[in-house]
Amino acid sequence: MSMIGSLGFWIQQLINALGLGSQYALMAVGLAMVFAVMRLINFAHGTVMMAGAYIGLLLLQHGWPFSAVVIGAIAGAAALGLLIERIAYRPVRGAPDVALLLNSFAVAVFLENMAILLFSPRSRPFPMPALLTQVLHIGGNLFLPSIHLWAFGSAMFALGALALFVTRTRLGLAMRAAAENPTAAQLLGIEIGKVTMLAFAIGSAMAGLAVILWIAHVGTINPTMGFEPVLKAFVACVIGGFGTIPGAVLGGYLLGALEILLQGFLPSGIVGYRDAFVYGILILILLVRPGGVLGYLEAERV
Amino acid sequence: MVASSARWKWSWALRALLLLLLGGAYLAVARGGNAYLERLAILFLINLMLVVSLNLFTGLTGVFSLGHIGFMALGAYTSAILTLPVALKAVNLPDLPPPLNSFALPFLPALLLGGLIVMIIAILIGIPLLRLSGHFVAVATLGFLIITRVVLINAEAFTRGTRTFSGVPPFTTLGWAALWAALNLYVAWRVKHSPLGLQLIAARDDPWGARGSGVDIPRIRQIAFGISAFFTGIAGGLWAHFLTAFSPNAFYFSKTFEIIVMMIVGGMGSISGSVLGTLLVMASTEILRNLEPGFAIGPWMFGPLYGLSQIGLAVLLILLITFRRQGLLGDQELRTEAIAERLALWLERRKATVGALRARKADPSSS
Amino acid sequence: MDDPVVLELRDLEAAYGAIRALHGLSLTVGAGEVVALLGPNGAGKTTTLRVISGLLRPVRGQVLYRGQEITGRSPAQIARMGIIQCPEGRQVFKSLTVRENLLLGGYRLRDPVRERRNLERALALFPMLKERLNQPAGLLSGGQQQMLAIARALMADPEVLLLDEPSLGLAPRVVEEVFEALAQLKAHGLTMLIVEQNAEKALDLADRGYVLESGRLVLADTAARLRENPDLIRIYLGR
Repeated sequence: MSMIGSLGFWIQQLINALGLGSQYALMAVGLAMVFAVMRLINFAHGTVMMAGAYIGLLLLQHGWPFSAVVIGAIAGAAALGLLIERIAYRPVRGAPDVALLLNSFAVAVFLENMAILLFSPRSRPFPMPALLTQVLHIGGNLFLPSIHLWAFGSAMFALGALALFVTRTRLGLAMRAAAENPTAAQLLGIEIGKVTMLAFAIGSAMAGLAVILWIAHVGTINPTMGFEPVLKAFVACVIGGFGTIPGAVLGGYLLGALEILLQGFLPSGIVGYRDAFVYGILILILLVRPGGVLGYLEAERV
Repeated sequence: MVASSARWKWSWALRALLLLLLGGAYLAVARGGNAYLERLAILFLINLMLVVSLNLFTGLTGVFSLGHIGFMALGAYTSAILTLPVALKAVNLPDLPPPLNSFALPFLPALLLGGLIVMIIAILIGIPLLRLSGHFVAVATLGFLIITRVVLINAEAFTRGTRTFSGVPPFTTLGWAALWAALNLYVAWRVKHSPLGLQLIAARDDPWGARGSGVDIPRIRQIAFGISAFFTGIAGGLWAHFLTAFSPNAFYFSKTFEIIVMMIVGGMGSISGSVLGTLLVMASTEILRNLEPGFAIGPWMFGPLYGLSQIGLAVLLILLITFRRQGLLGDQELRTEAIAERLALWLERRKATVGALRARKADPSSS
Repeated sequence: MDDPVVLELRDLEAAYGAIRALHGLSLTVGAGEVVALLGPNGAGKTTTLRVISGLLRPVRGQVLYRGQEITGRSPAQIARMGIIQCPEGRQVFKSLTVRENLLLGGYRLRDPVRERRNLERALALFPMLKERLNQPAGLLSGGQQQMLAIARALMADPEVLLLDEPSLGLAPRVVEEVFEALAQLKAHGLTMLIVEQNAEKALDLADRGYVLESGRLVLADTAARLRENPDLIRIYLGR
């Protein structure tokens, strides 16, 4: 590690932040899309991510090449997302916000425990190709874990494709319209049900991509692995601007930067409290500027 | 309608019967010598306190507090640290700062102190948080739960971090649990049927109307939050001195989920509902937990199914929210008067039918 | 043979929970006709449009489109059949640009050629939108948003256009402009059902009119005769 203050140190931190931020951005986008079309905070998003991991492991064990495993994980996550929407969320469409929130909790608990039942609570190793895990030495004290490059690259690709989709295609436009005003959208012939399914599928697919990046960091998977990411994704959404795609992306990178900064600069006695600071900032934002950095929402006040 | 005197008589008879049954149940468990049943009963009473306290706040205000188990945790650790014998403190909590490391309190003062500290914390964090609504406050209180956990894990001098906090004196008896549960139920009942309770319900169902009538919504929410947190903290202390060993993991999502399901089964806002809900959910999870190691139906063996009880809870909650969000009782209460009325009406109808039949037998020609 | 009746309501009864909003309403709209639906506040005019568009399921009665029953179909299905509503309060997509709003109007067509043609036509009818194509719709004035809402509806090549209170909240001069545009649409043969509080402007434009009061039909006549009808004044002013 470089010495604090040197240029190398800051570049290192930037690289780490971009890598971590890319992960968070991908996770957060899925959450934001579902909230936009359904006003539902989908806590099962994390378990969808976990399911993608296990599907990927299954494919890997059957000898599939890694690139196919990635696609399989993404597709598997998307399929699970659609299933959850159909079974657990569509029947309660229009219910009060907290009912939807509790429902998504229950789905998350259900899926997590099903995974424990089927796969045992033990952590399992998930072998990653060296291409993703190698660390490049770029002169002096600068180390570039290649996973950060992959994370940033794949995030830019996926998010770029998503941006094109929502701005240039008919269906993407319909999704944005349905998110803003479902009634007016229906009156123009847009099927809200189909648009919702699309949002779930895309959002879950993003989670499937994010989990591959996550695994490259930790090396193992276990049934409860989705819990922390979904909370982080939620914080990212709130920081950037809740319920919008640009907000989620911005929030993801800001959160990544925040965590890296806190990790680097908190004195060693307090660095364990890093997550407490992060959630404290979450509460602060909810109180002071609930619309996040991009400021879209007005939280209801008493 | 039944004559009010008959209703009144029956109502008191029912109440006397209920008291007798409860007393009998208590004696049976306390003197019965069945340790398993006694443990279950104590756990039931503690869970009941948690559910009723949460319901007292969430049910009456409509505001979802996902952080309540954080109060349980703080109450548990506070009272446990206070009662831990000095000798054990030196061994288990060597870095505990003075004067804490030099004394140990008896049970009741430690419990009360725990509850009080939790109440003060609740009031302080309530000032900003209770101004939010809907899922924003739910998420903010969730943040509180997580922050509490992070603090507990990191304040190792006080809590031993992630390691088990053991050696807590087993002060919780069936008597203590029953006493505190009864007190909690009594206070919750009185609050719900007091002017404060009515204001809270009004604010929940029609915030603008309530505000127009001069109700200070943040303030009354604070009060309910504080009372609710106090009893949750006490329940935490009782729990700590029942299990005698625990770690921060006990006070996180599974416990939160469990208590929420109990509350929703019984009905958000119903105190008698919470009793039924806790009973039902505990019974089902006990059954499912006993099935977890594996069971057989006829010729088919079902292997170890760990996590079955949690799955059961999850499915139950999804079904409830989809089909019957108000749970068993909604926000109504089981009233002895209502039951008495039904009973008396039923008896009167039976008397009438019997009388008509007798009359017919005596004189078959009349219609 | 082309049935001249495009839209027909038969004995429509609608309710919001326990509150009855419509009591046995029947009306027809013929091809190329402009029909006005009038009445004081709370008479059930918006409710009628909601039922036609499928946003509210009626308790009893039928909605028929070209002789085919469409009661109970989903709003998106009904819109795709060509019954397009301009809802109350404009309801443009504020965060989307004017162009994006218009493109969404053409959603049901799935035909980029028709879409482009309709876009040109809409911009010709409402030239002030042309300068603002890339502005977010939320920045437009009330009158401009109303024009946008109508233009957006036109993009769908509607068979029947339902308008809910197009003059609501607009200055008199702007109301003039809006109704001028509607008159041009009428000249092109567009079938319209207009719900309006402003009876005068509506009857100037319409061929026929129906008057609702507390969910019941109280008057039905040609626009010309309604304009002279003293009862109409009484209903509106409650005298």
